[in-house]
Amino acid sequence: MDRLIALLPQLWEATFETLYIVSFSLIFGGILGLLLGLALYATREGSLFPNKPLFGFLNVLVNFFRPIPFVILLVAVQPFARGLGLPGIGPEFGIFAITIASLFAISRIVEQNLLTVRPGVIEAARAAGAGRARILFRLVPREALGPLVLGYTFIVVALVDMTAMAGAVAAGGLGEFAIVYGFKQFNPAVTWAAVLVIIVIVQVVQFVGNGLARRILRR
Amino acid sequence: MTLIRLSGVTKSFPPASKTATPVVAVDDVSLDIAEGSITGIIGYSGAGKSTVLRLVNALERPTSGTVEIDGRDITGLRERELRALRSDIGMIFQQFNLFDSRTVAGNVAYPLEVAGRPRAEIAARVDELLAFVGLADKAKNHPEQLSGGQKQRVGIARALATSPRILLADEATSALDPDTTQEVLSLLKRVNAELGITILVITHEMEVVRTIADRVVVMENGRVIEDGTVFDILSAPQHPATKKFVASIIEDVPAGAQLQVLRDRHPGRIVTFTIREGDVSQAEVFTALTAHDVRFELIHGGINDIGGRVFGHLTLALTGDADAVDRAIGAARAHAPLIEEDIRG
Repeated sequence: MDRLIALLPQLWEATFETLYIVSFSLIFGGILGLLLGLALYATREGSLFPNKPLFGFLNVLVNFFRPIPFVILLVAVQPFARGLGLPGIGPEFGIFAITIASLFAISRIVEQNLLTVRPGVIEAARAAGAGRARILFRLVPREALGPLVLGYTFIVVALVDMTAMAGAVAAGGLGEFAIVYGFKQFNPAVTWAAVLVIIVIVQVVQFVGNGLARRILRR
Repeated sequence: MTLIRLSGVTKSFPPASKTATPVVAVDDVSLDIAEGSITGIIGYSGAGKSTVLRLVNALERPTSGTVEIDGRDITGLRERELRALRSDIGMIFQQFNLFDSRTVAGNVAYPLEVAGRPRAEIAARVDELLAFVGLADKAKNHPEQLSGGQKQRVGIARALATSPRILLADEATSALDPDTTQEVLSLLKRVNAELGITILVITHEMEVVRTIADRVVVMENGRVIEDGTVFDILSAPQHPATKKFVASIIEDVPAGAQLQVLRDRHPGRIVTFTIREGDVSQAEVFTALTAHDVRFELIHGGINDIGGRVFGHLTLALTGDADAVDRAIGAARAHAPLIEEDIRG
């Protein structure tokens, strides 16, 4: 316990790092995933910009990356990070790896939630004179906003999980804290302290996400 | 004046599989819709009426043939040009298709925002439209807080936002109960009468056609099988499908099992007169029957008001001396040439 108290500064730093990695991964992965999800949604047959070859390509691309276990992807993308002049360890590498891993998952979640918008609503917008791009970028995401917020909440929780895993390759954050000070130094109290902080982060994220979705859905 | 003209329009959709034949939804349809009219297109599902409606605002493009709006061929218009065209054509839907993310006012404002109108103009127009459909107090509500009829009134306000010349109604009352249906139909009548908007209604309910339309077009398997004034079609349907639609709202000449039931219940000869305003005087028929000392009972049928004109079938059971009944029928026939044939058992 004394050991844990002595490690509190490191714990706070690790917490801050986790939040840092999660935030930037969410920004990059979230935006790229949103764009890819919109592309998947729009190019599907019968949608706003149907394009069979493009949809097929994107579909296979997503299906190619999605099943790769994150721990493996994490090591596999290290050479690419270095090739792009990024470090192969540390929080920045964590952000890079998590962005790649999450954007494909996010694209599916976005696609699925956009598909909940009834085709009749899109037809009504077209009949009202709205252009297809306007419908795709402005109306459809707005109509699906409630489920999208819930989807992104789910993703943030997954990002926290991935961040902890990235700690295994010295990406920083609570995962690395738990491994270095808890697991390797035989101090379960320290490991559990990290677990507790992660639980708190997840609870807060879920609470905020649910509240936001409830307000958007007005129920 | 013709506002909408379809000339030899065919629309086929690609087949579901490579070996299947293409689905022909609309098959060589030609139609002229007069400005200021209310036209009902009736047909069973799969008749192609929905596609015809979508050809008018180019949500569907014809495979062959042309669609003209106000003399302008819209068949080859680009997407950008179509947007301007569509703001001149409003559309309402069976499932209302309101934007759940927007308030009632936001829904009505949408076509105006899309058309790039200034904010102040939009606000004024939205108020005016909501007052017109009687929902001024619901401006800040969201669609899920409204009843079906209110939702459709929002749909109508939205469709009218850009002051279109044409309103397309896609089964607009099919999801509503009978009272609400009447309420929405009378609103559509007002839209036509007060704003002079040409309305094209598609439906599978003859009652809707009878209530608001001047003209009815009957479709089956992608083709127009009958087309005429509502009175002419309802009083003298030619095609079997049309007869079925008409029978749903107008008591038909009894036949088959129905006739048998009447025969079992009523003694005497059973005859049906068709009362068609301008052709037959009801009074003459009854006078002829009473003059020959026969008793008669009205056992089936009824008189309908179709756009202010009278039409109906009256089935009577005649009793009395057999010769007298013969003479009575003969006399009534002489007065009224459209008496239905004698259906004596």
